Formats: sequence, structure tokens, C-alpha cells
Amino acid sequence: MGRKLLLDKAHIPGIRYYDTYKGNGGYAAAEKALKGMTPDQVLDEVKKSGLRGRGGAGFPTGMKWSFIAKPEGVPRYLVCNADESEPGTFKDRYLMEFIPHALIEGLIISSYTLGANTCYIYIRGEYAWIPEILEEAIADAKKNGWLGKNILGSGFDLEIYVQRGAGAYICGEETALIESLEGKRGNPRIKPPFPAVKGLWQSPTVVNNVETLAAVVPILNIGGEEYAKIGIGKSTGTKLISACGNINKPGVYEIEMNISVEEFIYSEEYCGGIPNGKRLKACIPGGSSVPILPANLLFKTAKGETRMMTYESLADGGFLTGTAMGSGGFIVLDEDQCIVKNTLTFARFYRHESCGQCSPCREGTGWMEKLLKNIDSGRGKMSDIDLLWDIQRKIEGNTICPLGDAAAWPVAAAIRHFRDEFEWHITHPEEAQARNYGLAHYADPREIAVPA
Amino acid sequence: MVQFSEEKLNKVKEIIARYPDGKQKSALLPVLHLAQETFNGWLSSDTMDYVASLLQLEPIEVYEVATFYSMYNLKPVGKYVFEVCQTGPCMLRGSDDIIAYIKQTLGINVGETTADGLFTLKTVECLGACGYAPMMQVGKHYREHLTPAKVDEIIAELRAAQ
Ligand SMILES: Cc1cc2nc3c(=O)[nH]c(=O)nc-3n(C[C@H](O)[C@H](O)[C@H](O)COP(=O)(O)O)c2cc1C
Ligand code: FES
Repeated sequence: MGRKLLLDKAHIPGIRYYDTYKGNGGYAAAEKALKGMTPDQVLDEVKKSGLRGRGGAGFPTGMKWSFIAKPEGVPRYLVCNADESEPGTFKDRYLMEFIPHALIEGLIISSYTLGANTCYIYIRGEYAWIPEILEEAIADAKKNGWLGKNILGSGFDLEIYVQRGAGAYICGEETALIESLEGKRGNPRIKPPFPAVKGLWQSPTVVNNVETLAAVVPILNIGGEEYAKIGIGKSTGTKLISACGNINKPGVYEIEMNISVEEFIYSEEYCGGIPNGKRLKACIPGGSSVPILPANLLFKTAKGETRMMTYESLADGGFLTGTAMGSGGFIVLDEDQCIVKNTLTFARFYRHESCGQCSPCREGTGWMEKLLKNIDSGRGKMSDIDLLWDIQRKIEGNTICPLGDAAAWPVAAAIRHFRDEFEWHITHPEEAQARNYGLAHYADPREIAVPA
Repeated sequence: MVQFSEEKLNKVKEIIARYPDGKQKSALLPVLHLAQETFNGWLSSDTMDYVASLLQLEPIEVYEVATFYSMYNLKPVGKYVFEVCQTGPCMLRGSDDIIAYIKQTLGINVGETTADGLFTLKTVECLGACGYAPMMQVGKHYREHLTPAKVDEIIAELRAAQ
């Protein structure tokens, strides 16, 4: 069994409530920080832990925190990103629903470290029942002296508020989130200035993912050095993976970042393999934005090394033969699935979610969806594949925020690895309506040699 | 006349108090949610103008926001809106069949409302329940692991609640 730091108490009945959480060692890390450590000492532990942002980009959290500007007399803000809208991702929801105090405790420690006296949790609007759970946890924490004025006699004040979004993936992007929190459309801002200098209401602001902020609690409990011993290289600690698609046991798993992708998919401890004796066709291991990998590149890298569930190993080979950890939204496709259809649903998603500010993204996402729809429904032309390739290349890197890249990458990877399946849809339009292409040569790598 | 009750006006005040002085525009999204819940599940232009006056905003500032976010309904909807997720992970687990089944059972297309005004069918993009697919949102809650039998049960349950 892998070590659990975030979900270690998830099985305890009533852990959602203050008394149970507190009775099982909860708020010990907050007490340790506020009573016995300076903000800089806490920052030091977080730096030592090697913790990297769990929202998708994997940026070192300690470094991010050290960038926050500290002009005299200007308030600073911590914003918790609970927008969780990347397809395949549902881990933050699990934490907030079942162990809300772990997040609240993380917010207290993190706000203390940053010198922020107000913290907002920005949660996607569709998670409509979770704000009540969080607000109850906040109220109980406050009643017990963990929030409000002069917490534990430390002289530190903190209030936490929950803000609901209203249906917009783009509001997960940190500057769009800030705009939304200011009561505006979620149009990303041009950076610089970065939020750490001018964020919410032009004040220094740190935006971090739910899981990142919750991870600060075990880091203080066991110490940054101890945390950094878990995992491999720069992938330290544990990571929540939300697994879905064609697997026996979809759900949220906490892994130590030292297991292989193969173990994650096939072991009973995690996904439990693929239902109905089907074979694995492909996997998108980090949410819809990261490149899809065919089975033959998933378990072994192009160099023939075992692919591990770490930031580095998943990315091994770059976008040619690798993928990314992303948000940890792990999507598995079995041999019966259609890559064209799957790519189409993602293209539709990004078209729907583009904020419309930048023309390459606004126009390009709609165009890609239309072409994919044509190919999927048997009305495609061979030249459409090259056109798709061309469009995605012209979106990538040409937009204010990375939503454009996120829309381009899945299309690029699908064509790169499954071009013959796209071609088959065009050469066999009728057959493609009646059946799926199947596994083709993307066989289970345990049976077929990895191509050089 | 569009008008919040005393209780809801207090809620609005409480929301505004979450932000620094003069930043009451930040209350816009939460207050629009409150307005939509209160006034039949959608935002008419009267409702939006009312929210603008409450928060001392120009009406256009409210329209801009209401038209950007997909959860705000700008047209009347049925009492229960079935928002079925159709993105990749749900599609892999059969969301297309669920959408087809609901269409057939209720006799409506996506975007339509049943004649009795009870049900509206919408397709939506990933709701963060991919591991419990196929799924839909109905009101505040998620209905997960859908099957045709489960859809029947939900429809019967909501009809019985009348
Ligand atoms: C289009 C887009 C959507 C994003 N959605 C989310 C999200 O839902 N949740 C999240 O934590 N980060 C999301 N991010 C990343 C955030 O911009 C930001 O990097 C992150 O919240 C930083 O937190 P971390 O360092 O703790 O990961 C998104 C980024 C982009 C470009
Ligand atoms: S894809 Fe349907 S909930 Fe995520």
C-alpha cells in the first residue's frame, strides 16, 4: 500500500466534521505554524518539500509564494482555485466534499505564510452543494478559534469566503478567475503584471489549486524534508489522481509518485484493469489538455524505460512520444473506443469554453470542431486532416492564455499517433458509422514490441 | 415587479460584506445565482436590471456577465433541467445513449421543454464527475452512474413530487 497523506483519514466516519477531524490529529499543523513558526520558516518547509502546483502546470509552490510582492499598507490575497473543470478531473471535489477541514487548515497555514488576511475559495458553480459543506467547515473552524482575529494569540487575522463561479472552464485560468472574482466576464489578463504583483483588485495575489493548498498540512506535519523523500526526483510527495473511462474502478486515488503507469492501471489497489477483458487502446493521463498516448507508448517510453507516474516520466519524449501529468485527470480508452469521436468531444469542449478574446482560439476551436464532426460522421476529406494539423499549429502559442494550447494539443496528439484511424474514417465513411476502428496496431505493449 | 424578500436582501448584504468597501461588483455572480433561484430559474432583463440597481452597477455590466456564464438561463426553462454531460469521459461510458433515451422518453430534443413545463433537456460539458459517468445535473445535485432504468426512476420521482 502506498503512503497516504491527504486521504489517510478519508475512511473515518464523520471526518467531514470538525470534532472528528480535530480528534484525529487535525489542526495540529496549523497550531504548529501559528504558535511556533514564523511565516518564513513555514515557507522554508514548503520549499524543502519540493511541492509542485497540483492544478496542472506543476510550478514549485514555495517559489511561487516567494514571488509575492509586499508593498507597505496594501492587502495581499490568497485565492484557492476550486474551479476544477478540466475534463477527467474530479479530485478537488473529493477533498472538499469529504475532508473540507483539510483544505481549511491548509488555507490557514498558507495565508499565514503569505501574510494574507482574506482568502477566497473560488469554486465552480456546478458544484452547487459543496459551498455549504465548506461554509459549515469555515464556521466551525471559526467557532473553535482557527479563524477570525488574532488566531491562537499569534496576532494573525484571517477570514475565508466561498465564491461560486457560474459555468466557465476558462475561470480556472488564474487571471480569468481573478476577473470573475471581481464580478466580470472571465477574460484572461495579459501577463505581466503577474497576480503576485497585481492580482485581485490590483493587490498582490497568490492563486493555488485545492490539492496544493491541502498538501501544505502534511508537509508541516511530517516536515518538508520527509515529504521530499516520497516520490522520485522532482516529483515529490503524493498526488491525487482521478481515474475514469474504461477501467474497473473509476475514482480518486492518492499515489506516491513512484509507481508505474502499468501498475496504476492494472493493480487492484488502483484502477483494477480494464472491464470485460478488453485491451487498452490509449490513455490521456493528465486531463483532456495533455497529449493522448497509444498503449505502446504508455507503459514504456520511446527509450524503452518503464513509464512512471511522475511529472518527468510522463513528459519523457516531449510532445512527440510523451504526455504530461497535468491535473491528474486520468482517462483510459479501451479497444472499442473511437479516437476521432473522443477528439471531437474535446474539440467541442474547447470551442464551448473559449472566452472569445483571441481570434486564433475563438475561430480555430470552432473550425477544428467542424472538421472533426465531418470526419466523424463520414463527410470528411483527406485534406481535412492536414487542415486540422495546420489550424492547431496556428492556435498554439498565439493566444493570451494557454486555453488555446490546451485546445490544440489533444488534436495534434490524436493525429500524430492515430492518423491511420482518421484516414480510415475518410476512406471507409460507411463502415466507420457502423463500427469502430479497434485497436489496430496500437496493441497492448505487453504483447507487442515497442517501436524504435 | 422583481423584488427580493427581506431575507434575501439580507443575504445580498451579507454577500457584499465579503469584499472590501466599494468592491460590491464582486457580488454579481453570487447575486445572479440568488436571483435565478428566486425568479423561476432564469434571468429576465427586468431581473438583471434589478440586480444592477441592487449592486449600483450599470445594467450592461450585468448583461455582460449573465451572457458569459453558461449556468445563467436567459430564457424560461422547465421546472427541472436535465443537464447531461457529453464530454469525452462520459461519452466513453455511454452518455450518447443516455441522451437518446431521455429524448425518447420525454419526447423532446436537446434545448426543449416538455409541454407540461416540467422538464428541460440540455447537454453540458464536463461537470467533474467523470468517474461516475454517465451523469447529469438536476438542480443543485448530480445524478451519477445513469442507466435507462435510473433515468426512469428520476423522472418518476420528480413527477411524484408535484
Ligand atoms: C484554461 C485553463 C484552465 C485552468 N483550470 C484550472 C482549474 O480548474 N483548477 C486549477 O487549479 N488550475 C487551473 N488552471 C491553472 C491555473 O491557471 C493556475 O496555474 C493554478 O491554479 C495554479 O495553482 P497551482 O500552482 O497550485 O497548481 C487552468 C489553466 C488554464 C490555462
Ligand atoms: S466528462 Fe462528464 S463529468 Fe467529466
